Amino acid sequence: MADKTRKKRYNIRISGLGGQGVVTTAHILGSTMDNAGQYASLVPFFGSEKRMAPVEAYVRASTEPIYEVGEVVYPDIILIYHSQVVTHGKSYTMPFYTGLKPDSLIIINSEVNVLDEDDVKVLKDLRATVVQFDATKLALDTAGTELATNMAMMGMMLGLINLVSIDNIETAVKERFLGTSFVSSGGTAMLDSAIEKKFKKKEELLQKNMEVISKTFEMANSIDLDTEDLIIKFDI
Amino acid sequence: MSPNPEKKLEKTLVDINYLLKEAPREKHFITGAQAMAEAVKRASVDMAIAYPITPQSEVMHLVGDIYAQGHIKEYYRAEEELGTMSAIAGAARAGVRLFTATSGPGLLRGLEAIVSWPGHRVPAVLGILTRVINAPLSIQPDNIEMAYMMHCGAVMLHAENQQDTFDFTLAAFAIAEKVDVYIPVAVATEGFFVTHAKGYVEMTPEDMALTEFDPVAAPVPAMDNETPPARIQRDAPVQKSNFMSYLIHAVWQQEIWDSNKRAMKYIYEYLGGPIEVKNPESDVFLIASGCAAAQAREAWRYAQEAGLSVGLIKVRAIRPFPIDEIRDAVKNAKSIIVPEHNIIGWLCKEVKAAIPNGGIVTEGPRVYGGMTLPVELIMKEIHNSLGLEYDLKL
Repeated sequence: MADKTRKKRYNIRISGLGGQGVVTTAHILGSTMDNAGQYASLVPFFGSEKRMAPVEAYVRASTEPIYEVGEVVYPDIILIYHSQVVTHGKSYTMPFYTGLKPDSLIIINSEVNVLDEDDVKVLKDLRATVVQFDATKLALDTAGTELATNMAMMGMMLGLINLVSIDNIETAVKERFLGTSFVSSGGTAMLDSAIEKKFKKKEELLQKNMEVISKTFEMANSIDLDTEDLIIKFDI
Repeated sequence: MSPNPEKKLEKTLVDINYLLKEAPREKHFITGAQAMAEAVKRASVDMAIAYPITPQSEVMHLVGDIYAQGHIKEYYRAEEELGTMSAIAGAARAGVRLFTATSGPGLLRGLEAIVSWPGHRVPAVLGILTRVINAPLSIQPDNIEMAYMMHCGAVMLHAENQQDTFDFTLAAFAIAEKVDVYIPVAVATEGFFVTHAKGYVEMTPEDMALTEFDPVAAPVPAMDNETPPARIQRDAPVQKSNFMSYLIHAVWQQEIWDSNKRAMKYIYEYLGGPIEVKNPESDVFLIASGCAAAQAREAWRYAQEAGLSVGLIKVRAIRPFPIDEIRDAVKNAKSIIVPEHNIIGWLCKEVKAAIPNGGIVTEGPRVYGGMTLPVELIMKEIHNSLGLEYDLKL
C-alpha cells in the first residue's frame, strides 16, 4: 500500500472550479519541486475563465528529468477541490477518476461522502485510497479565508508523498505572493508607505497560508496508508 | 517595412561548426517558439517574410521583434501565405538568407509555392509549427501536415523539444546553403507541446552569429546587374518542345532529390546523424520523431526501470529519410512500435518501407486532433509486444 507514496514520479490531475486556485496550485507545486532540486512540469486546462466553471490542471512531479508533455490522462494522484466536480459532473474528465492508475491516491475536499456504490467498487478494484476532508472549512478556520483551500489540498498531498520539505513550499508560496523581484525602496514616502502596507498584508497572507499547509502536513503524517479502508476521513 | 541599416549590430561571425559545437552556451528556460526565434537571431538572416495567419505560433511575431532590434535587415509582411511563400522564392533570386514560419492551414495555403522552392533552388529555412488541418476545426497540435511536405524535395528535420528546435534551426541554414544541397530545409516541431511550452535550452551568445550568406556559392547564382537569371528562369523549358520540357523537368528533379540525399552528410556533421539510438541490442524498439519522441523517451525510461528489453530510435531527419540507418538499427528487433501525432501514421509507413520485415511493426499508438500522446499507451504496446500484462484498467 505504501507504494502509493514512494514513487519517483507522480502524475497529478487537479480538478476544481474557477476561482479555487487550481492553476495557482499547479504553479506553486512546480516551483516547490524546483526549489527542492527536483523536476516538475505543468499544464493548465480550462474553457471559459469564470468562477464555478470547471478547471483542470496537470502537474508532473519527479525526482528525475521529465520528457513527456501534454495533459495527464493516467494520473497517480487526483485532487478534487470541490464536491460539485463529482456530484454535478463539473469536470473535463468524467467520471472524475477516469484513467486513475492502480494503487493511487485521491484527495477530496468535502465534508460528506460524494462517492456512490459504483465509484466505491471501481476504486476498491484499483486499490485506491481516498483522503476526504473539508479543506475549505480548514482554510476558513485557520487562515480566515476560503481562498486558502488550495493550500490545504496541496499541503495534504505534499505531506503524503514526501518529495519536498515545508521550507521548499514556503519559498514557492513566497515567490508566488511576494514575487522574487520585489524592491522596497520606492520614490516618494507616499509610495513607500503604500508598498509597505501592501507588503504587510501579503506577509500576513503568506503566514496564514503556511499555517494551513503545516496543519495539513500534520494530518498527512497521522495517516496510515496500509489500511484496508478505501476512505480516510478527517473531521474538521 | 523598410530596411534597418542604422541598427546594424556588432557581432562576431563564426562558422556553423564552431557555432553548434564549440561556442559557449548558457542555459535558458524558454518556449519552443522563442527557441526558434533565438536561432534566427544568431543566423545572420537577411530577410524574414510572413503573414500572421491564425492559427500560427509566436515565431514570426518574435522574429518581428528581432527585426526591430536590428538582428535582421528586412521584414516583409506578405498579403497571405501563398504570397509569403512566393515572395520567399522571389527574394531568394536576389541572393539573401531567408526565413519564414507557418502552421497547419497556413502551410497548406502556401504549399503550391513551397513545393516549387526545391526546383527553383531556394535555400530558405521554413519553420513548421504543426497544428491540426482538415475539418472539424481544432487548433491543437497534430503533425499530419508534414505528410504533405514530404514529397517536394525539401530537407525536413523534426525537433523533439525546445533544444532541438534551437539547434536544428541553426543547422538548417548551413545545410540549405551547401552548394551540393541548395534546397530549402524545413524545421518542424509540434505546436503547443513545444512552441507554447517552456523547456531548458542551452544557447550560444547573442553577439555571435553565423557567417553571412554568400550568394555566389550557389548552383543557381543570384541575379544582379552582372549575373543574368539562370536559364531555367529566363527561358522556361515549357516554351520548348514537349519532349524538351519532359527531359529538363526529369533531370532537374532527379538533381533535386540527389541534392536532398547529399544533405545527409551534413546532418551527420552538424546534428550527429539522422537518428539517435538507445539500447541497440533490444528486442522491442520504439521509433518516433518530434514530440512523439519525447513521449517515447519517457516510455523507454519506464521500461528501463522495469528491466524490459526496449530500445529507442529518435528520427531527426524525415527527409532525407534514414532508410539504411533504420534498417541497420532494427535488424535484430523482434517488434517495432511507432507512436505518432497524426491519424495516417506517415512515420510508420516510412519505417515499414525501409525494412524487409514490415510485419513486426505495430501501427501506433496514434493520437490526432490535438490530444497528448499518453506514455501509458506506449507502455501498453511495449507490454503487448513482450507478451506481458499491463495494468491499465480505466
